[in-house]
Amino acid sequence: MALLDVEDLSVTFARRGQRTVRAVDGVSFSVDAGEVVGLVGESGCGKSVTSLAIMGLLPKQPGLQVAGKAVFDGTDLLQIDERSRRDIRGRDVAMIFQDPLSSLNPVVPIGLQVTEVLTRHRGMRGEAASKEAAQLLDRVGIPDPKRRLKEYPHQLSGGMRQRALIAMAVACQPRLLIADEPTTALDVTIQAQILELLKDLVRDSGTALVMITHDLGVVAGMCDTINVLYGGRVVETARRRPLFRQPRHPYTVGLLGSVPRLDAGRGERLNPIPGSVRDLLPWPDGCAFAPRCDRRVDACLGEPPELVLTHDGRSYRCVNPAPLPGLTSGDEVRAAVPGQATPGSVPAQAVPDEPPAVPGLAAAPSEEETP
Amino acid sequence: MFRFIVRRLLQLIPTLFGLSILLFIWLRRLPGGPETAILGERGTPEMRAAIRRNLGLDEPILIQYGRFVRRMIRLDLGTSISTKREVTTEFLQRFPGTVELTITAMVIAVGIGIPLGYLAARRRGRFLDHASVGGSLIGICIPVFFLAYILKAIFSENLGWFPSSGRQDPTIGATRITNFFVLDGLMTREWDAAADALMHLVLPALALASIPLAIIVRITRASVLEVLNEDFVRTAEAKGLTENVVRRRHVLRNAMLPVVTSIGLLTGGLLSGAVLTETVFAFSGIGAFLADSINQRDYPVLMGFIMIIAVVYVLVNLIVDLSYSLIDPRVRVR
Repeated sequence: MALLDVEDLSVTFARRGQRTVRAVDGVSFSVDAGEVVGLVGESGCGKSVTSLAIMGLLPKQPGLQVAGKAVFDGTDLLQIDERSRRDIRGRDVAMIFQDPLSSLNPVVPIGLQVTEVLTRHRGMRGEAASKEAAQLLDRVGIPDPKRRLKEYPHQLSGGMRQRALIAMAVACQPRLLIADEPTTALDVTIQAQILELLKDLVRDSGTALVMITHDLGVVAGMCDTINVLYGGRVVETARRRPLFRQPRHPYTVGLLGSVPRLDAGRGERLNPIPGSVRDLLPWPDGCAFAPRCDRRVDACLGEPPELVLTHDGRSYRCVNPAPLPGLTSGDEVRAAVPGQATPGSVPAQAVPDEPPAVPGLAAAPSEEETP
Repeated sequence: MFRFIVRRLLQLIPTLFGLSILLFIWLRRLPGGPETAILGERGTPEMRAAIRRNLGLDEPILIQYGRFVRRMIRLDLGTSISTKREVTTEFLQRFPGTVELTITAMVIAVGIGIPLGYLAARRRGRFLDHASVGGSLIGICIPVFFLAYILKAIFSENLGWFPSSGRQDPTIGATRITNFFVLDGLMTREWDAAADALMHLVLPALALASIPLAIIVRITRASVLEVLNEDFVRTAEAKGLTENVVRRRHVLRNAMLPVVTSIGLLTGGLLSGAVLTETVFAFSGIGAFLADSINQRDYPVLMGFIMIIAVVYVLVNLIVDLSYSLIDPRVRVR
């Protein structure tokens, strides 16, 4: 059984006199123990709201409705009371946030912000707690941790702050770590360091990681499985390599195509997806991406596209997906007959070596899959 | 830190110098003079001139000012024209009452205001929020002396729970050391005297607390609302910390800066005396005495009291600034 099973999660914000906003509209995905799962999408697609809903951290306000299930290790996190949720948060499920400066309390020393987790969940106090905190800071690569414990967030650099936040998150060796755009606010060089650190921590401790990002470079380097979100729904799920080689949903194709490429000729224009994430169709009326989609057909409108599961464990939500090279759609149906492939493995005909659909991105995903 | 304090205290010197010049000019421009207050309308010009000569008011104003400054440097504030006692003595006798009243009022305002403002923010848009915001509006609008009369009528005259006037029951025969009656009672172990002085403080302090309380409720509420939206509060919640720790360590500590500023300003304001409240409760502080001194054109008292109040105001704000650095490490005191 999966460590975290999110099923049909939906979050709506209702305001008197205003249209109800469905920020998350039936998101389902699962995370196995020790797995690195990516949630990818543009700003506003519901990735952060999804993570906050799982953690129970959405700001309490009238009109907020969270439905569906988020089953962590047999417990539905959405059903339990506030007290047990506080027990789980920080101990079993921890979270890393986007902006390390604003996510740290400016008037409390770093040390106390680390030890307070140890005190809360591991009952450590005084000397033992500060010793453990120093070790944690050391583990996330903060030099001279004893001195840093006494310092305040404004005395640390951006990368150090994010490291400190990561130290707080891994303090109780959680089984699941949710990282919400952990590198967005950082310099590029620091970004790589932080991603390396996260990778190492995940590998060493066996913690599962949900990586929320808009940055395909981040997912390419880290994730085992990737969920692409659009308009509050998962539109495509695949293992890393197949997703980068043969994206099926036109939105995924567009996302990959809009990444600037070094091998593109001078003066060649970027390929943005036309329109903006606000031009979405409500799901009940058809595919939310249809207004921006270049593969739109009549069947896209009228009702939401069904989730298509293929034999190799991928799924997408599209009636007219991008074709696989060398296969007509009829071939694919035949190839998709269950039993022909073991789940999770990728049959040869589905993944021809050449040519990848997105040559510019082929390098990163073609590395060995990280365990 | 030490240099900061010294510098701030040195800044006091030009401040006081400027204030003394302004005061000198303003006070002398008030129509009439002490001789009118003493003699009324009946005095002959000769009598007036004699009094002025006696008080040294016939000399050129620059010479009078020079004499005042020379005395100030020796910390001698002169003698009151109307009571014929040393201004310093008058001040030391009355100021403790004002200080006791101010402290009690601020303890009430802070003790109720901060929790109420916090709860209002936490229950934003619900009954408690509306009630405290509306209530604080009423608190600001009601004239203090009116509230003082109502409190006196209900809790003193009707219910008899609290004494209606004075600072202490004179029949107790309390020993005086500092003129802080509560403190004196504690120091001499005359517990009944301390308790009686405290009972005398309750009603005037309640009346006086109304406006500071309303202001503190509103500032705390706004500040807490702002902090609740901060990312680090979400981080604290994500760590699974108990509500108590989140509230104390993460929300309130950050929300306190603007509240502390306003507490400083309000305390400074209350320390300059509460004329109306002191009058209603016949409470001998500096407020009523200052008002009398203006009517009497008692120049030495006015000059001395206002100068000391200015020093106190600066000191209170110095304490506020120093407490900033305790609350927020980013505010470095240099």
